Amino acid sequence: MDFASFLIQTLNSLQYGLLLFLVASGLTLVFGIMGIINLAHGSFYMIGAYLAFVLASLTGNLFAAIALGIPLALLFGAFLEWALFSHLYKRDHLEQVLLTYGLILIFEEVRSLLVGDEVHGVDIPAVFSASIQLSDVLSYPVYRLVISAVCIVLAVALYFVIQRTRLGMMIRAGNHDRVMVEALGININMIYRVVFALGVALAALAGMLAAPISSVFPNMGSHVLIISFVIVVIGGIGSVWGALVAALVIGFADTFGKVLVPELSGMVVYLVMAAVLLWRPEGIFKKG
Amino acid sequence: MKFDISTAFKLLALVALACVPLAGADFYTELIAKTLVMAIFAMSLDLLVGFTGLVSFGHAAYFGVAAYAVALLSPKYEAASLWYVLPASVGLAALAALVVGVFVLRTKGIYFIMVTLAFAQMFFYVFHDTPLGGGSDGLYLNVKPTAEIAGFQPFDLDNPTHLYYFILAMLVLVYLFLARVLQSPFGRVLVGIKSNEHRMQSLGYVTFRYKLAAFALAGGLGGVAGFLYSVVFGFVTPELMSWHQSGNVLLMVILGGMGNLVGAVAGAFAFVAMQEVFSMWTKHWQLAMGLMIVAAVLFMPGGLSAVPGRIKRALQGGSAND
Repeated sequence: MDFASFLIQTLNSLQYGLLLFLVASGLTLVFGIMGIINLAHGSFYMIGAYLAFVLASLTGNLFAAIALGIPLALLFGAFLEWALFSHLYKRDHLEQVLLTYGLILIFEEVRSLLVGDEVHGVDIPAVFSASIQLSDVLSYPVYRLVISAVCIVLAVALYFVIQRTRLGMMIRAGNHDRVMVEALGININMIYRVVFALGVALAALAGMLAAPISSVFPNMGSHVLIISFVIVVIGGIGSVWGALVAALVIGFADTFGKVLVPELSGMVVYLVMAAVLLWRPEGIFKKG
Repeated sequence: MKFDISTAFKLLALVALACVPLAGADFYTELIAKTLVMAIFAMSLDLLVGFTGLVSFGHAAYFGVAAYAVALLSPKYEAASLWYVLPASVGLAALAALVVGVFVLRTKGIYFIMVTLAFAQMFFYVFHDTPLGGGSDGLYLNVKPTAEIAGFQPFDLDNPTHLYYFILAMLVLVYLFLARVLQSPFGRVLVGIKSNEHRMQSLGYVTFRYKLAAFALAGGLGGVAGFLYSVVFGFVTPELMSWHQSGNVLLMVILGGMGNLVGAVAGAFAFVAMQEVFSMWTKHWQLAMGLMIVAAVLFMPGGLSAVPGRIKRALQGGSAND
């Protein structure tokens, strides 16, 4: 592998890993803070991608689609938490699995009724449609760099919110001990709603950003969901930092796996997970 | 075996199932044969979910491994011997479950659900991406295995009626086997692990080994169902291992009430019936299914099996809640 293609694969790994982080961070927060296993989290990625497709066709602009899509996703998340997930906190995992499995079926069928089952493309915004020439034959699309940059900004913002703000302090406290937080007079239900809506919006945003490069197709959420599970398992439930590291590990393992051992490409990610399970069954960054 | 109403009911149900091919409606015979296969699959998962308290979301992997094993072990244009492919495919499924079990049983709760799902997905990719399993098109089982032994053929799986009774016999065998296992000291330990694993550990049981044995056993019995599926349909695809398959079988177990083998069979029938009825109405039948699942979780805590108790309490004048 020469240097230019190595650089391309490294950038691809970063971009893929960071995008996965957006999905997995919401998932790990919802797991860690609310104790809920949410199989429908991949559907939010799918919904985001379809939102990007529909809104971009209406407005003719991906930026407008994202600007409209994020508030919609936040509202949708808050609504779901209010209508469904708030009833699940005291139920066992099996009932959570069931309900969220039912949700996947509903989301996919509603998507099929509204938008159909065809594969759709979304145009890359004209500003970022250029490519950077790396060598005589190889070039790298600017849009992928933009995705990585946006994800990095969001990761830093997330870190800042969780570590440096009052809301973040309450989220961390809720992660640690729910009853104690309630006893201190903090409205934990409001925290849950905010965290859940945030998780939905992050996953949907990942879908919107990915729509131009992966195109938009039915069941696109399920693969992302399972990979996100792997990331949460590797990173440790509830650890956003762990999710970031694990997402990058998976991004590199998957991308370089496809190049170096194409026959095993689908399996590499799971082999990494198996190794981590042997080494640290509770994830690398298991909290406390 | 003491003869009570429950035994009488089971025997009655068995007689009813045995009469199905006599009606001569081939479509329904095949549909019920398919349901019986799913019933065996659901019973095997119930051993984990209902009796041992291990919520596996990747049980389809072992179903699929056995189904593929039949297709791979059979010669292309000749019949393989049933007495060789059946134990071999079931053994391979159990072996796969044993290896996966070593990894997944290191985790608990939410982790366990996610990790079983992830490993099942790995099996999906093994058969989807490598030439071994024919890729996404899957494989054909051109000739069904023959039951011939030393020149004598007790039954013929190519005959739909014989095949139906063979599947029914396997269902009864798996049921009796699991009922026996659950009454054995081993089965009692599994139930103990479900209600309180720490206590079982402090009693001196190495619970990991018991859980691993249960996981491999459930994988093997799931393999019986996979074997039968392959023989009935004559082809296998990676979709057999998809997580929808794992989710559906989990639904069957829960529909019928966990920790109840007859319930798992009833759950399989209820699921297939729902699927048939909904898909008659609309091609978007999964929407109705999804709405039903969501409503069931929200309004019926404890599942279908808790409904009789709630009605009883309501009739006795108590609160129907809890």
